Amino acid sequence: MFDLDRWNEIWHALAKNKVRSLLTAFGVFWGIFMLIIMAGASNGLKNGIVEGVAKFATNSCFMWSNQTSEPYKGFKRGRYWNMDSDDLTYVLNNVPEIEYLSPKNFGSRMNGGPNTIRGFKNGSYNVKGDYPEYVKIDPYTVLMGRWINEMDILEKRKVCVIGQKVFEQMFDAKENPLGEYLKISGVYYQVVGVIKPETQININGRAEESIFLPFTTMQQTYNMGNMVHFLAITAKKGVPVSVVEEKVKALIKSRHSIAPTDTQALNSVNIEQQFQQISGLFLAIGMLTWIVGIGTLMAGVIGVSNIMLVIVKERTKEIGVQRALGASPRTIITQIMLESVSLTIVAGYTGLSLGVGLLELVNKILESRPATGDRAFFTHPEVSITVALASLLVLVLAGLFAGSIPAKRALLIKPIEALREE
Amino acid sequence: MISIQNLHKSYVTGNNSLHVLKGLNLEIGEGEFVSIMGSSGSGKSTLLNILGVLDDYDQGDYFLNGKKIWGLTETQAAITRNAMIGFIFQSFNLISFKNAMENVALPLYYQKISRKKRNMIALEYLDRLGLKPWAHHLPSEMSGGQKQRVAIARALISNPKIILADEPTGALDSQTSMEVMEILKNVNDQGITVIIVTHEHDIAAMTKKIIRLKDGIIGEVITNGDLQLYRDRVKSE
Ligand SMILES: Nc1ncnc2c1ncn2[C@@H]1O[C@H](COP(=O)(O)OP(=O)(O)O)[C@@H](O)[C@H]1O
Ligand SMILES: [Mg+2]
Repeated sequence: MFDLDRWNEIWHALAKNKVRSLLTAFGVFWGIFMLIIMAGASNGLKNGIVEGVAKFATNSCFMWSNQTSEPYKGFKRGRYWNMDSDDLTYVLNNVPEIEYLSPKNFGSRMNGGPNTIRGFKNGSYNVKGDYPEYVKIDPYTVLMGRWINEMDILEKRKVCVIGQKVFEQMFDAKENPLGEYLKISGVYYQVVGVIKPETQININGRAEESIFLPFTTMQQTYNMGNMVHFLAITAKKGVPVSVVEEKVKALIKSRHSIAPTDTQALNSVNIEQQFQQISGLFLAIGMLTWIVGIGTLMAGVIGVSNIMLVIVKERTKEIGVQRALGASPRTIITQIMLESVSLTIVAGYTGLSLGVGLLELVNKILESRPATGDRAFFTHPEVSITVALASLLVLVLAGLFAGSIPAKRALLIKPIEALREE
Repeated sequence: MISIQNLHKSYVTGNNSLHVLKGLNLEIGEGEFVSIMGSSGSGKSTLLNILGVLDDYDQGDYFLNGKKIWGLTETQAAITRNAMIGFIFQSFNLISFKNAMENVALPLYYQKISRKKRNMIALEYLDRLGLKPWAHHLPSEMSGGQKQRVAIARALISNPKIILADEPTGALDSQTSMEVMEILKNVNDQGITVIIVTHEHDIAAMTKKIIRLKDGIIGEVITNGDLQLYRDRVKSE
């Protein structure tokens, strides 16, 4: 099957016409290169976002209070109000579809000034009051110690869990922070854990730079009464979050004399919906990539076909001579097809390798960034082996296609016409 | 070797039809050395192309080596050409990006003879024509006479029964023309039928038989004994 001689002929024909061959090859090279780069980039974007939110509970929603926008039951519009701890039990009792319910309160950062002191060190961090359930929704990796637990909540313990950045800034690297005390807004809390976020989703500031207090402790020490700033809720399996979202909102609104039609007073975000929008976006980006990529590739292939046609025309005499010397039509067709296919494949393979190589390089650079650093929503810009193999197959077909028209044209060349002396 | 009866050939271009060969009869035996003469446009190349199975004809019979040449597929025609006929052209028609040796070896490529072997045979033929030192030169680096000798080597390498040459000396000076004719004569001496088209009398005079085309048929055939007479007549013309 493998005919060294034939390849020799092809190599000769291509190598002796370097400029022509290179020009021909470039179109295909560029097409596949762009296809790979674009597929990789869109994958990178996708991976980045997916990895950034992957562990976040997608069946979740969040809500927080706002000024009312409608007068109701004697209250004027524009009233300030807050959710409270009683809402929590009420909602839990009346909405059986809820899986986890986790309230969250935020302490002020004291206008950016330092609010946290330990010995000579101080820093400015987001202080949040949390429930044990919160990590079921937005998971954190516990690096040392533990996360907030039920006893902390019940006993309103003066303990805190700190983000990784807080640990790095308030402690020496080899120090054990557990059992140590931090003075936060004038009150001492014992450190019981260090965490690192697993997602890129941040609510009221980055988790690495946050200090987490037990929710009840925060309500007490910050004089928040039974006020609740923020609710995180997940739905039980099989229940759409929007159902839970609507039910909870209706209940809370009715408890606080807010018009059921008031859409502003209780704001919420439905992560499930957001995810669906993002997946739709990915689908669109993916499709665009392929359309544009294949378009570029097609342009390259048509270029090859065109140039092969020119080659055939230029070679009319040569083909005529070959025919006169006894080359069968099959020999001529095979020759032109193989030239076209090998040109396409070599060019395409180069584009493929360079594209994949470039992606690898970008990947390496991205991975060498510190894990806790400013990670953009862009990781692992890779293409799957399936895509690579599929492109190769496309290239072979493209080469055959690009060669078939000029090959047919070559057959129409009659040796006498090619050989006619002018 | 070649037997033609009542051969007709017309070229149709658009609505016009040009009747070039009009019932031509021709017999050429094995080992003959023939030149075809005639005024420009008289159909010499047309006849030679039909002889070389490069073109078909409209009517009549053409037997090549006893085999009727009619209605061949392109593939059959290619095989016939490769096995039977060696071509020599006025403008050499060497392939520009192949060196002398590769050009000479080309017909053997179509016979699926290995590269090594065919290049070796090609070198032998080049050597016979005194071109061995030029084996690795491209056509562009050679003189007209050298190129035509390469073309002759290429025509000979497949051991053809017939050499067909259309104005082989048309692009050469008279000195080189004589050298080329000398080579063709040697080829003929080895028993190969040689048919050349020419419009030069002194070239034709070096062959053993002159066929004059006139009005689409053979107008005159001058053979061996008469050649001297012919030469004298040409001189006085
Ligand atoms: N392929 C063709 N199509 C149309 N006319 C042709 C073709 N080939 C040759 N002719 C015409 O046929 C005539 C004979 O041509 P040709 O055999 O080449 O003459 P010669 O070789 O004797 O000069 C000329 O008038 C030429 O113009
Ligand atoms: Mg002619």
